[in-house]
Amino acid sequence: MTSITIDHFLFLGAILFTIGVLGIFLNKKNVIIILMSVELILLAVNINFIAFSSFLGDISGQIFAMFTLTVAAAEAAIGLAILVVFFRNLGSIEVEKIRKLKG
Amino acid sequence: MIKLIVFLPLLGFLYCAFVGSYFHDRVSQLVTTFLLTISTFLSWIIFLQYLEGANTTIIHILNWITSGSFSADWSLRVDALTATMMVVVTTVSACVHLYSVGYMNEDKSINRFMGYLSLFTFFMLMLVSSNNLLQMFFGWEGVGLSSYLLIGFWHHKDSANKAAIKAFILNRVGDFGFVLGIVGVFFIFGSINFDIIFTDAINYQNHAFNFLGLSLSTIDTLCFLLFIGAMGKSAQLGLHTWLPDAMEGPTPVSALIHAATMVTAGIFMVARMSPLFQYAEFTNLFIIFIGASTAIFAASIALTQNDIKRVIAYSTCSQLGYMFFAAGLGAYNAAIFHLMTHGFFKALLFLSAGSVIQAMKHEQDMRKMGGLFIKIPFTGTMMWIGSLAIIGFPFFSGYYSKESILENAYFSTSGMAQYAYVVGVFTALLTAFYSWRLLLMTFHGKPRATEETFNQVHESPKVMTISLAILAIGTIFSGSILADFFIGPKQEVFWNHAVVLIHTAQHNIPFVQTLTIKSTVAAGILLAAMLYFYKKGLTKSLSRNFQLLYSISYNKWYVDELYNSIFVQPFFYIASIFWKKGDIYIIDEYGPNGISKLINYFSKRLSLFQSGYLYHYAFVMLGGLVIILTWFVYY
Repeated sequence: MTSITIDHFLFLGAILFTIGVLGIFLNKKNVIIILMSVELILLAVNINFIAFSSFLGDISGQIFAMFTLTVAAAEAAIGLAILVVFFRNLGSIEVEKIRKLKG
Repeated sequence: MIKLIVFLPLLGFLYCAFVGSYFHDRVSQLVTTFLLTISTFLSWIIFLQYLEGANTTIIHILNWITSGSFSADWSLRVDALTATMMVVVTTVSACVHLYSVGYMNEDKSINRFMGYLSLFTFFMLMLVSSNNLLQMFFGWEGVGLSSYLLIGFWHHKDSANKAAIKAFILNRVGDFGFVLGIVGVFFIFGSINFDIIFTDAINYQNHAFNFLGLSLSTIDTLCFLLFIGAMGKSAQLGLHTWLPDAMEGPTPVSALIHAATMVTAGIFMVARMSPLFQYAEFTNLFIIFIGASTAIFAASIALTQNDIKRVIAYSTCSQLGYMFFAAGLGAYNAAIFHLMTHGFFKALLFLSAGSVIQAMKHEQDMRKMGGLFIKIPFTGTMMWIGSLAIIGFPFFSGYYSKESILENAYFSTSGMAQYAYVVGVFTALLTAFYSWRLLLMTFHGKPRATEETFNQVHESPKVMTISLAILAIGTIFSGSILADFFIGPKQEVFWNHAVVLIHTAQHNIPFVQTLTIKSTVAAGILLAAMLYFYKKGLTKSLSRNFQLLYSISYNKWYVDELYNSIFVQPFFYIASIFWKKGDIYIIDEYGPNGISKLINYFSKRLSLFQSGYLYHYAFVMLGGLVIILTWFVYY
């Protein structure tokens, strides 16, 4: 029985992060999924913070995690609000159809 | 006081340029006219001082250029010559300002017009009061500029723009000679200051230099170059074509250009440089030839023109010819005297013509006038006075000056002077003819205008008639009062070395000759009366029988057409080669257009990167972040 070390935590964080990034890139349909992926990336960062904090015995990492959660909540609220307005204006939130930036 | 005379008109211009547009046009008219009136009064005071023979005054204002041995100052030189010019310029200009208040009443840019008039006057005053050639050149170019602005004043008219450009370019041709002359004077005399040139001139009397194996007299060459400049500005034969076209400007401008400023500059310059010109034997012959030829040439054109302003324009040209051959004969005082009297009567003629034109609702064709005297008796009277003066009717101003010029020609011994005398007398006949033709066609006989127009003809407003009256006084009396000073017994005292006086001895021209002069004039009048008053059918049969002569005169000797085919068309052709092949094809294609095409091409390629998908941008951002982080961690 091997004990759980810092490596496992970091590995979990990396996996979550990768899933988040891939969720952004591979998603062609729904903007909400992008928002969710962003949340995932933030969670990955949080796990890293907490893992290091507990491993190094430094409380500040956990405080940072709390901040990140608050900010993430605020960001999710704003992001969804933008999304609602966006849908009202264009009638669609399909990622493929949003290409106004095309030069 | 002299400074005030010169700079008050500038003040008027500055007012119009920077302040005038914020206030009512009436204020601009008031300010400029008022300033010029002060200037006029002051210059008359100065002139009266010089009548008693005051000395030359030089007022230093500023250093302008000092470079090695070359130095030019801003300074004002006043002597009898300058005082005379100042009086003519300011008086005529003040009348023109006053007249414009009435004449340009319905125009949209009165402020601009008044400003230009004042600027014109300022430059002319600068020209006549200069103490060195460079400052004179400054005024010289200044009047060129303001004439351009004023001739093209109605810039919505295509013909006005063309006339303005023509005047400007033809003047540049003359200026080329003038600049060469100035440079030459500096090269020879080492200074462009008048005093130094004049005192030094005698030392170079027999000076000569070699050019292409020819031995040329230095002074002759310098004077010739300077005279080319005078020819351009004073519209002498060859460079005269701009003057009649300058009629496109408003009538007060024509009066100003023809009577006081601009065209008189050439005569003034020759008179100012008379200490130099007196030694230029060949150039003097040339001047006489050009002057006399211009006199008869322009008069022959004036015979058949139908535009009332054009007739007067060609008569200016012709009178300038008189002045020049007088100057060429060495009778600088007679030339300046004629300049002065001419200034008055020509301004009077032009402004009266303007009054007629306004009364006829901007109709300038004399064939559509006639019988106007009953409707506008005042203008008619003014025109009569002006015409009597220009033909040299006894006791009017033109009589004294023209007679004195012819007298000088008669007593000169050279063959060229004889030519000038004969031409001068014959031109007097032509002058009488076309002046009376103008009078009879405009004011007398049956009205040829439509009844509606004729009934609406009315006398001009008070401001215009007042300025006409002032000029009429000058026209009638300036000759008889001032003749003693300019050409009579008091001339030595008056001129006081301002110009060179050669024919100081009093001659009495034989009675036969005076009779000849007067009878030719009378013959001219009679001829005009016969053709245009009593037997009108005769003109038609004459013009039919002498078709060739008539069309030569009517088409102004085809000079315009000649210049057009010799200079203008080839120039257009060459210019279009440079434009189409040189500029568009080579410079634009490889320069700005080429580079912009290149940039366009590459930016089209680059813009393909902009897919518009959010996740592409995010991916690139992430990739960039990873690279930068890797960089930071490992290096």
